[in-house]
Amino acid sequence: MVSSEPEKTRFWYNQKVRSIAVQALVLLAIIGFFAFIIINTSQNMKAHGIASGFGFLEQTAGFSISQTLIDYEEADSYGRAFWIGLLNTILISAIGIVFATIIGFFIGIARLSSNWLISRTATAYIEILRNVPLLLQILFWYISVLRALPRTKQSFSLFDTFFLNVRGLYLPKPIFEEGFANILYALLATFVLIIFLTRWAHKRQELTGQQFPVFISSLGLLIVLLLGAAALSGFPMTWDYAVLKGFNFRGGLRVMPEFVAMLFALSLYTAAFIGEIVRAGIMAVSKGQTEASYALGLHPGQTLRLVVIPQALRVIVPPLTSQYLNLTKNSSLAVAIAYPDLVHVFAGTALMQTGQAVEILGITMACYLSLSLFISLLMNWYNRAIALKEK
Amino acid sequence: MTSAFTSEPVKGAELPPPKTEIGVWGWLYHNLFSTWYNSLLTVLSVLLLYWLIPPFVEWAFIKADWVGDSREACSREGACWVFIKVWFGQLMYGRYPIEMRWRINIAYVILAVSILSLFIPKFRHKHWVGLFLFIGFPVIAYFLFVGDSFGLEYVETTRWGGLFLTLVIGILGIVGSLPFGIVLALGRRSEMPVIRTLSVAFIELWRGVPLITVLFMSSVMFPLFMPEGVNFDKLARAIGGVMLFSSAYMAEVVRGGLQGIPKGQYEAAKALGLGYWRMMGLIVMPQALRIVIPGIVSTFIGVFKDTTLVLIIGLFDFLGMSQAAITNVNWLGFSTESYVFTAVGFWIFCFGMSRYSMAVERKMHVAYKK
Amino acid sequence: MATQSAIKTIYQPNDENAILMENVHKWFGSFHVLKDINLTVRKQHKIVICGPSGSGKSTLIRCINRLEEHQQGKIFVDGIELTNNLKQIDRIRSEVGMVFQQFNLFPHLTALENLALAPIWVRKLSKAEAEEQAMKYLERVQIPEQAHKYPGQLSGGQQQRVAIARSLCMNPKIMLFDEPTSALDPEMIKEVLDVMVELAESGMTMIVVTHEMGFARTVADQMIFMDEGELIEQNTPHEFFNNPQNDRTKLFLSQILQH
Ligand SMILES: Nc1ncnc2c1ncn2[C@@H]1O[C@H](COP(=O)(O)OP(=O)(O)OP(=O)(O)O)[C@@H](O)[C@H]1O
Ligand SMILES: [Mg+2]
Repeated sequence: MVSSEPEKTRFWYNQKVRSIAVQALVLLAIIGFFAFIIINTSQNMKAHGIASGFGFLEQTAGFSISQTLIDYEEADSYGRAFWIGLLNTILISAIGIVFATIIGFFIGIARLSSNWLISRTATAYIEILRNVPLLLQILFWYISVLRALPRTKQSFSLFDTFFLNVRGLYLPKPIFEEGFANILYALLATFVLIIFLTRWAHKRQELTGQQFPVFISSLGLLIVLLLGAAALSGFPMTWDYAVLKGFNFRGGLRVMPEFVAMLFALSLYTAAFIGEIVRAGIMAVSKGQTEASYALGLHPGQTLRLVVIPQALRVIVPPLTSQYLNLTKNSSLAVAIAYPDLVHVFAGTALMQTGQAVEILGITMACYLSLSLFISLLMNWYNRAIALKEK
Repeated sequence: MTSAFTSEPVKGAELPPPKTEIGVWGWLYHNLFSTWYNSLLTVLSVLLLYWLIPPFVEWAFIKADWVGDSREACSREGACWVFIKVWFGQLMYGRYPIEMRWRINIAYVILAVSILSLFIPKFRHKHWVGLFLFIGFPVIAYFLFVGDSFGLEYVETTRWGGLFLTLVIGILGIVGSLPFGIVLALGRRSEMPVIRTLSVAFIELWRGVPLITVLFMSSVMFPLFMPEGVNFDKLARAIGGVMLFSSAYMAEVVRGGLQGIPKGQYEAAKALGLGYWRMMGLIVMPQALRIVIPGIVSTFIGVFKDTTLVLIIGLFDFLGMSQAAITNVNWLGFSTESYVFTAVGFWIFCFGMSRYSMAVERKMHVAYKK
Repeated sequence: MATQSAIKTIYQPNDENAILMENVHKWFGSFHVLKDINLTVRKQHKIVICGPSGSGKSTLIRCINRLEEHQQGKIFVDGIELTNNLKQIDRIRSEVGMVFQQFNLFPHLTALENLALAPIWVRKLSKAEAEEQAMKYLERVQIPEQAHKYPGQLSGGQQQRVAIARSLCMNPKIMLFDEPTSALDPEMIKEVLDVMVELAESGMTMIVVTHEMGFARTVADQMIFMDEGELIEQNTPHEFFNNPQNDRTKLFLSQILQH
């Protein structure tokens, strides 16, 4: 940039001009790209006689779905089928997250155990599970394990109440009779009571230093009040047990094998990653912290609750969030074994029938984006709540 | 002042360490039986392992069938590895013509030799090998695999399959996503709002959706995007999808590396009169990429495992091939053997790579401490 | 192991003794870290321990509040024997304060919360009482204005003073210091030593591992030199510095006093 007359530099050497020009060019290129795609797509769709717009959501779907959380019939619309799929995705993700978290924390703590055998077993678990593709694990559980279960007649049974066979897992189904609402009210009342109790115990401890066994007494309250309410209203709930009638089970609650396979694979796989995260989180709290806490006379339990966990959580929560996101996105692999999730029902069957790829994939992707956003927001909020104590 | 000592210390008292401190007993005591609940845990895990391992060993080795070449050779008392033996060729190469498999093998050999040469400490021309791997090798491999020139017969990509296809998709996916990811990472840190917004939107969009929807897009939506008559190979579209998808993850990995470069490096580069691209290319990126090697490897492991999803859109990768084998009407009922074999295959690759990246990380820690 | 009562009847620890160690041995694997340690610390006495790195100084004082477990011999703290009995360990830990080289403040709590934590959960004080007491000790270590800052926002010297105050909040009868100033910049060492001198003057029983020989000269009742897990030499500071008996002590003193 050696120039004899710097004030006369050409305008494209001006930083601002250049920056604006570059941005304008990129923007133009992007707009051009989209225009190209949109024009082509509309021409192609016309040529193939594919409809456009979201009118199809009102049309009759005409296919059946094997697991429906809300009422659905073949005569219902594509829009209804979409909700069925979305709910099934949310169901498997939510239950998967709960199980993966529990198993993962367990594995992570086991990895840190001073017991050699336990820590080695946990390490082996992690190294095996996380280095094998999830889809393979799903197929393994579904085809090699669940499909290989005995027929209905030879079902495995536990106390003649739970049955497992090739058609799925049969559980007793709760039937709510009149007066069941009383129990719900009692439950609500207990929760309110427990909240007050916790507040009161906290206040009292702050004021007088006396501690109160909140957990035990809450548990007691819960049991006593619920049983009391149930007894007063004459035990208004019965179980509908599955019974073998002819070739099949009648009654009860059938959990389809596809769901069981997804749940197993998703939670065991994700648990391996969560285990690593938990281990790293706890390891991040230095040994000096525990020692200082012991030296002050705090018990191991108090040390864990007041010193180690609050610090470890700050390390654990962000990567844990991304595992939750992964699990939710991975639930879409359900399509491989025909568990009726969003991808299978909507981006699969509905897309095949209507051919409206753009709209359907657009909606599907938007759903996953919103689910991801929702989980991120929730976890960020939680993260801020626990980080608040620091700054 | 009185002495605080009650007695003179006994000098040099040499006692043997107690039994609980050394040898086998010490090890057992500290690692398995230090407290009653530790002992309980030990017993429980021994039971668990006893319940898992011996039956597996019996199934996989002791009662397994190893010899033969037809279904009749399977006694069904344990695993029937004959199944794998029969299908091995297809699991490795898919339906690639048998008499042309040498073309794939040659590519493997070239790849292996070039990668191994990178590990020879005294070898000086590593950057040439690197350049060859990124530019020369893909070209050679393309002509070898596809054929249709140099006297090689044409092989349609629909016949590609097995572990071979998995490697093609995985390697191309990651190699393609690296430059794209770098550009996106730079874009995300750019000072120009339009560039930054576009990069963020692109990255977050792909990271927020599952790969399977991207593959669906590449298989059903992409043909709609193209003008009448223009059509791409199904495999090429799938690879394109994997590249786009993983470039978003790669961008985040690279961004992590860029954030790890101290501000002083940028300032020093600017002070030397380097422009933006020179500064990035000569000073910042080489350092940033070195830091993120472990991150790149773990992204690669993720992509490698995710390539199995292509079976859903009808390509026969390693897992797809093993799925095809077990649904073959002549060979029904060997799913476990097939999955175990495929799992071991994937495991060796993924575990090996994760160990490698851990070793790199450890080496880096040492280098930084110096 | 013999029952508690049996031991107590055999040993009648002197009322004047804060700490009594008899023939204590400790191993890490086959490595003999503490070799036949015999040590009595009288109430209100200040003991300063020095010795080369790796000689077992930290291990010795960590045995006193059971952060490390000894394998042979007996340790009595304030008349209570240290065994596997968790109740006894709790009692001893709440009577023995410890200050670490690396401060070990809890980073997720403010200075005030660091101080109030143990009194609330162990001594079962009300929050108000605990915080009032905490403020008192922060004033004593001269940083009341930092009460609501987090450890990460304090200088090293301030952190160590908070750590000392945190131990004092449990009203310990004995304080253990493990190289409290060796992680500090020179200009901060003095502010921590001043607090320790003031504490010594108030009559606290203290065991201090340090290489600050000036401090040792002012406050120590007894100097101890440790090497390779043994107590090599013990004496009043005057004798210890001017007339060391053992060759290893002489060598050590000549190295460290050079600076
Ligand atoms: N947990 C442990 N496991 C095995 N060896 C240990 C352990 N802790 C300490 N040691 C060893 O015991 C010896 C004494 O350690 P200690 O920390 O007591 O020394 P020190 O005198 O305090 O040294 P420094 O002045 O460096 O702090 C050292 O050789 C050390 O390596
Ligand atoms: Mg030490």
